[in-house]
Amino acid sequence: MSNEENNKGIKELLQQAFAPLKDPELRRDLWPQMLQKLSQQPARVSWFDWALAAILSAVLLLFPGAILALLYHL
Amino acid sequence: MELLERFAAGDLEAFEALFRQHQKEVYFWIVRIVRDSGIAEDLTVETFWRIYRARDRFHPAGNFRAWARKIATNAALDHLRTARREIELPEDLASAGAADPAVRHETREQIKQAFFQLPAKYRLVATLALIEEEPYDKIAEAVGISEALVKVRVFRGVRILRKKLNSLGAEVGAK
Repeated sequence: MSNEENNKGIKELLQQAFAPLKDPELRRDLWPQMLQKLSQQPARVSWFDWALAAILSAVLLLFPGAILALLYHL
Repeated sequence: MELLERFAAGDLEAFEALFRQHQKEVYFWIVRIVRDSGIAEDLTVETFWRIYRARDRFHPAGNFRAWARKIATNAALDHLRTARREIELPEDLASAGAADPAVRHETREQIKQAFFQLPAKYRLVATLALIEEEPYDKIAEAVGISEALVKVRVFRGVRILRKKLNSLGAEVGAK
């Protein structure tokens, strides 16, 4: 039995349950929503900030005693 | 500079022009998969958001329409994977087409129930191939798989549906 024959009965049932959408209309312009989403773009962390964080982590790993000093100054 | 080149270079005005050119088509494609106008609008915006973020990877000589449809299909598929399976069709789209009144309400509900329980990847291709009657090659391009694999997924989806419907006691034509 071919695929077409295999699908026929189910296809008819599906089309009766979910009629094909011939010409669904987009009821509004979505550009304002798009602009809103674009403006919500999370701020990117610069390479300089990543470098500072890496240096700080390295210092704290090499000199654990500095953690207390750092907390004192925060 | 051409529109697509300007878009790929990050020009927001070029992106807006492309958005306005293609938003209806993208929405039209998505709404036929998810069958909910509100969700389709959100997914259209999500699709263009993904398009904008991936602009570096777009080759200006490429086919923007096909690329957008592929991204839209992925966004719709992600939604099908995460959405509750027992979601009901909204009234506007449920009654938009002319469903056959001869088919009993109970049978239609059984079909919907069985259909919503299909794995998302089968539901996607079954919707496009069997309900919307899109050609296999177009579905294959949109999903990013071969035409043969589309046929396999439709076949498997139909087989699962038939089993479910038989277990629910619904009449199914061909075996």
